[in-house]
Amino acid sequence: MSRDMYHLPPGVPPAAEDNALECRLRKRLGGFDLDIALTVPGRGVTALFGESGSGKTSLLRLVAGLDRPDAGYIRLGERLLTEVVSRTHVPPHQRHLGIVFQEARLFPHYRVRGNLTYGMPRAARAQFDDLVALLGIGHLLERLPGTLSGGEARRVAIGRALLTQPRLLLLDEPLTGLDGERKRELLHYLVRLTREIDLPVLYVSHDTAEIAAIADHLALIEQGRLTAHGQLDALMMRLDLIERLGGFDAATRLSARVVDHDPAYALTRVVLDDGQTLRIPALDHPPGTPVRLRVGVRDVALAHAMPEGTSYRNGLAVVIDAIEPSTQESSANEVRLTIGHQQLRARLTRQACDEMQLSVGKPMVALIRSVAFDSRF
Amino acid sequence: MFEAIALSDAEWQAITLSLKIAGSAVGWILVPGVAVAWLLARHDFRGKSLLDGLLHLPLVLPPVVVGYLLLLSLGRHGWLGQWLYQGFGLSLPFTWQGAAIAGGVMAFPLLVRAVRLSLEAVDPKLEAAAGTLGANRWRVMFTITLPLAVPGLLTGTVLAFARALSEFGATITFASNIPGETRTLPLALYTLIQTPGREAAAARLCVLSIVIAMLSLMASEWLARRARKRLEERDR
Repeated sequence: MSRDMYHLPPGVPPAAEDNALECRLRKRLGGFDLDIALTVPGRGVTALFGESGSGKTSLLRLVAGLDRPDAGYIRLGERLLTEVVSRTHVPPHQRHLGIVFQEARLFPHYRVRGNLTYGMPRAARAQFDDLVALLGIGHLLERLPGTLSGGEARRVAIGRALLTQPRLLLLDEPLTGLDGERKRELLHYLVRLTREIDLPVLYVSHDTAEIAAIADHLALIEQGRLTAHGQLDALMMRLDLIERLGGFDAATRLSARVVDHDPAYALTRVVLDDGQTLRIPALDHPPGTPVRLRVGVRDVALAHAMPEGTSYRNGLAVVIDAIEPSTQESSANEVRLTIGHQQLRARLTRQACDEMQLSVGKPMVALIRSVAFDSRF
Repeated sequence: MFEAIALSDAEWQAITLSLKIAGSAVGWILVPGVAVAWLLARHDFRGKSLLDGLLHLPLVLPPVVVGYLLLLSLGRHGWLGQWLYQGFGLSLPFTWQGAAIAGGVMAFPLLVRAVRLSLEAVDPKLEAAAGTLGANRWRVMFTITLPLAVPGLLTGTVLAFARALSEFGATITFASNIPGETRTLPLALYTLIQTPGREAAAARLCVLSIVIAMLSLMASEWLARRARKRLEERDR
């Protein structure tokens, strides 16, 4: 990158969106340079994804104002937070960012209520009850942080950050260190929360399942560089990113809407945007609720037509969009399929692809077992 | 019976004077002590170890030396004492205020040490979290750092108070042994021991000293517990 990249061009108009976060940063870290140009859209959840040590948390600290970059600037909407040349550095307490650290960092000498109201302006009082209910922490208000479980403490920390009425919510690996059940529970709260609040969220994580459940956009960080950036659904379709985004356990996701429930078999019917329906394990959402379904690439099979006498509950009419050798298994191909406006990926043996004479543009039936759907989020 | 236990005027004088002097000593070192502890706990600067060493001098020097140094600097002909006397008509040697200064100087390192340790034990991550919640430095200090350091602050205060109460060498050197002015419990005890036939009176003062020390320890324990409770309940 040229040096000029780090300078804020004079008279630049504010970013298109009020709350978009724009970063162009360079900072020397231990073994490498963090060198990033990232725009976080003013709406939805942007996942900052990368292995530990890739620079995610360092970037978060720069955005929070806890560290200063060597070069570059950070802008939230029209407000300049950091700019090295003009020595602009808005201190953390004036940035109006809601930050939830990996450890909950609750104040041990305040009760949960005191923690929640610590940074709460008067104007946010009306939100207090709703947010407490949304996070399911109403029964904890009079407790001291030392008596909370890990998941509870993080929910309180999230509530505490949101009650400051921030313009951007930063979550630093909020699920790390929780066991399976607690993790699922907190993720459930987070997904609900991000649907309810109208606030951009920057979600730092290194877990693809977590990201598939919550994120709209993805920024992939490797060795301090941004290597991919965009709509998550689109990135999940990129066969060259398979290794980074899940590898052996890679998955794609489908957006759907709840149609009805079959309590006798504990199944829920959902409809995709092109009108095709799927049966999945029962959800507790009312009809009409939008849901995201995560489908593992190894859970999808292809057939020329819907077979008879099969245990597969779901057969979707699809068109083959791409076929490439898998980088994960030498025996397999990665196949990309189109369903209406959406896409789905399947990992099939090369042998099957050859014998079935699969080729791009061919209409097929994608078979998915109902139990393969992971939609508990 | 009661007359035998009841305190004599001289004993009362020694006790109230001791408490007044020790209380004043702690009073004047409290704010500078916390400030210096803060400086040492949270900042790196040139000469930090020099300052640290200087602070600890009263702990390792013979108290008489400290008293003599005070006399040299704060005495009427000392560089600071001269200025105080000519500018404000203040003279510290041979006064109870002088005794309070001597006690405070001797107690200062104990206070700083205890407060510094408890400040260092406060997790800076909590302070950073408070900052991201919109709290400026002062609010962070008064709502997070100091409250979490309160146990150490109390310990330091009680230690300093006890040290000032028991101060002898620096006091007698700088403020002398004047009944009703600078004759604190230890000095009164010393005077009695020096006087033949006053062993019983000396023993009484000895017991009194022990009682006062015990009471101040218990008071600090009670204060610490109350402070913890208050902290927990402040936002109810």
